[in-house]
Amino acid sequence: MYDAVIIGAGVSGASTAWQLSRYDLKVALVERWADVGFGVSKANSGIIHGGFHHSAAKTLKARLEILGNLMFDKLRYELDFPFLRNGILVVAFSEEQMATVRQLYRQGVDNGVRDLEMCGRDRLLQLEPKLNPEVVGGFHAPGGGTIEPYRYVFSLVEASKRNGVDLLCDFEVTRGEHRNNHWTLTAADGRTIKTRYVVNASGLFADEVSRNCGAEEYKIHARKGEEYLLDRDSKARPQKVIFPVPSKESKGILVIPTAEGTTMIGPTADPAEDKLDTATSADHMQRIVTLVSRMVNGISPRDVITSFAGLRPVLDGEDFYIDLSQKVPHFVQVAGIQSPGLTASPAIGEYVKDLLKKDGLELVEKETIEYRNPPRHELRHESPEELDRLHDDDPAWTHMVCRCEKISEAEVIEAVRKGHTTLDGVKFYTRAGMGRCQGGFCSAKIMKIISRESGIPMEELTKKGGNSRLLGGKLGQNTVDTGEKEAAK
Amino acid sequence: MIRHETCDAAVIGAGAAGLAAAAEIAKHPYSTVVIDREELRGGILRQCIHNGFGLRYFKEELTGPEYADRVAALAENPNTGFKLGTTVSEIRRLPDGTFELLLLSAAEGVAYLRTRAIFLGMGCRERNRGNLAIPGSRPAGVFTAGAAQRLLNIEGMLPGKSAVIVGSGDIGLIMARRLRWSGVEVKAVVEIMPYPSGLTRNIVQCLNDFGIPLHLEHGVVNIAGRERVQYVDVAPLEGGIPQLDRQFRIDCDTVLFSVGLIPENELSAQLGVELNPATGGAAVDANLQTTVPGVFAGGNVLHVHDLVDFVSEEAAEAGRSIARYLDGSLESDANPVSVESNLRYVIPNRFNRNRKCAFSFRPLIVSDVATLEAELNGRIIWKRKFTWIKPAEMLKIELSAEQLNESGPLVFRLREEA
Repeated sequence: MYDAVIIGAGVSGASTAWQLSRYDLKVALVERWADVGFGVSKANSGIIHGGFHHSAAKTLKARLEILGNLMFDKLRYELDFPFLRNGILVVAFSEEQMATVRQLYRQGVDNGVRDLEMCGRDRLLQLEPKLNPEVVGGFHAPGGGTIEPYRYVFSLVEASKRNGVDLLCDFEVTRGEHRNNHWTLTAADGRTIKTRYVVNASGLFADEVSRNCGAEEYKIHARKGEEYLLDRDSKARPQKVIFPVPSKESKGILVIPTAEGTTMIGPTADPAEDKLDTATSADHMQRIVTLVSRMVNGISPRDVITSFAGLRPVLDGEDFYIDLSQKVPHFVQVAGIQSPGLTASPAIGEYVKDLLKKDGLELVEKETIEYRNPPRHELRHESPEELDRLHDDDPAWTHMVCRCEKISEAEVIEAVRKGHTTLDGVKFYTRAGMGRCQGGFCSAKIMKIISRESGIPMEELTKKGGNSRLLGGKLGQNTVDTGEKEAAK
Repeated sequence: MIRHETCDAAVIGAGAAGLAAAAEIAKHPYSTVVIDREELRGGILRQCIHNGFGLRYFKEELTGPEYADRVAALAENPNTGFKLGTTVSEIRRLPDGTFELLLLSAAEGVAYLRTRAIFLGMGCRERNRGNLAIPGSRPAGVFTAGAAQRLLNIEGMLPGKSAVIVGSGDIGLIMARRLRWSGVEVKAVVEIMPYPSGLTRNIVQCLNDFGIPLHLEHGVVNIAGRERVQYVDVAPLEGGIPQLDRQFRIDCDTVLFSVGLIPENELSAQLGVELNPATGGAAVDANLQTTVPGVFAGGNVLHVHDLVDFVSEEAAEAGRSIARYLDGSLESDANPVSVESNLRYVIPNRFNRNRKCAFSFRPLIVSDVATLEAELNGRIIWKRKFTWIKPAEMLKIELSAEQLNESGPLVFRLREEA
């Protein structure tokens, strides 16, 4: 019997797990997909927002965004993930847009965000020389930044596991019943798990999980965002995250210098009917390139190395819904965690912990807590001297398997040993396959390493779990017509 | 311990280019180190198990691995060392005009290699789905043709059960036949241009012989499937615009992309080598020397070739230049070479007066008959008729020392016959 089960290993669920892992509790984190962060969290812009887009007086999401933002420096120190507090610029190209800029700046100041700076054209160009010189004005939010969202989730989960949290992947909760003072959660494959408290942090599917547990009825809408990733050498990479003036539905199309040195442009914001539909569309690229080219110089469609789409889980009313269920006991709803959910996530974890405490969960601090993840070595960040030392321990450190992102065999092995046995899992953990060749050269090598380290035969390896088999079988084991008859004609 | 080594010439890449260059340098008393990421020499030839290689360079029809072994044997020499399973992690030019390479390998760990000259022979990478921004979902079963070739021919694994091939480049065509032979159904090859982008012989031998449909002037407008590919939507193009009202679906579990190659010049850029936007490779003079003295290039890293034999020929020429550079006898004029109508590029970009010079061109047009002409200082010095001109097939010519007897700009044009 668990004290608490958290459904959903995205940023909200993983932050909650990390919060609860410090107490004398038996906690499990369950995830529908093959690896953590594989839902909403892995496909977003990775922005740590600046606390000015929404009113803290009116919305929970703004209050948690501001708190969450402040928690990231400590978290990075403890958990070790790529994070840059490189600042956000909101830029206007007309006097009309300047009115919105002033409003946002004022909202940020009213929210209590510090160090916001209204800027004229010259000051903006000084802060960011890559800006189009036709910029009229804007403001600078130095507290904003960028993060690698999947790395953040991996770090949270790793730290939680180190402090005793159990992780169950491929566990899709299809039913929950509260009887005899405990919950029984049943997964699609028939596994069951018992717990006193449930946290529903299941992203796009929070409405279904809530209904299946007899809790509140609500509807999560999926809002799709497409992103385009540019080559590392793109001349367009700015220092700061560049925002246009926002619209009602979204914060607009951004230019994002990612924490790992690449540049991303996006996201779009369009409603999606199907919560599993992360397809990209044909007409967006040119529109996005045109939009961002107004803000930043040097963006070229030739630099696009890949595109992807993610879905935001949106509730009517647009705010977060984080509260104890009024219908069923010991059940916390964490729903509608759209932007700025990533920024807010450390504060969401804390907020959920407080709700559980209020609901009677006894929080006694463990005698020893492991506060820090051991730092990860990465070939691309090591000096030749350090690589030489690492090579003495393990020759795999100087065997480069991914040439574009400079990833060593040792890093791939580490990913597999930590349980990331899908090709995407290894990719998100190490970056192998994220570069300009998009896995063309390294995928076969990585599949062999995963197979060797995990014992999974090559033909059973998947891209992202389920039926996403990477291969069609072994050569010579199929009995299909080989076309010789036709060739003989 | 970090090792420090020195040599006269470092050859980056042990493929058809690097090995041919090393073989030429080894005819002179210079020490050469050939570096390659893979454990075996031969580069991409190792996975090209079909035949059709070597008719020009070895006067014999060979498979890819056979060609690799032949050219590797030419490069064998007591003065030539091979560092295989080794990546050049960083490269820089030192103030004295020599170069320092940072090498990483599992076998030897970290090493610095100091060299007087460099041959760039890194080849190219494949353009992929992401470069084209083909819309749809991102399931398993999407490969570049070369990646699928490696899985099949090196690892012995099938990429899937039924495939659609996007692009009619040579690797895609070869893979269509290879998949068919392996029992994988090939539903279609889809090409956006009105003509195939691979060699004619490959269209005949790899598609026509097997009854595999080739949809010219069609594009893939959607890849569908959440976990594994389920189908693609294909639409005819008019003026490059997909006609979605006439789109059709092809069920398949695999999509291969054979949509062109990009020279891998990341190391060249670290050295400050000037690149030619038309080729994606270095700008070179008649000696195949780049804009950085002591750095030479040849093969697919310079421009994408149709035949491996041309790769080795070009690289051998660069190898001979490196030997002259090392003795101090290399001469280089700055006479500019450029292209006008109907040609995408010319290699080299400069020529030497009073020395014969080979030129390679990539046409921009499809034409039954066209005349290639050379104009030096405003005077036509040479012309020749070519038949069956198409972008897929490179043109190669040589001008003699007598024809190149003046300094000044040399311009090439391709004129379509009326």
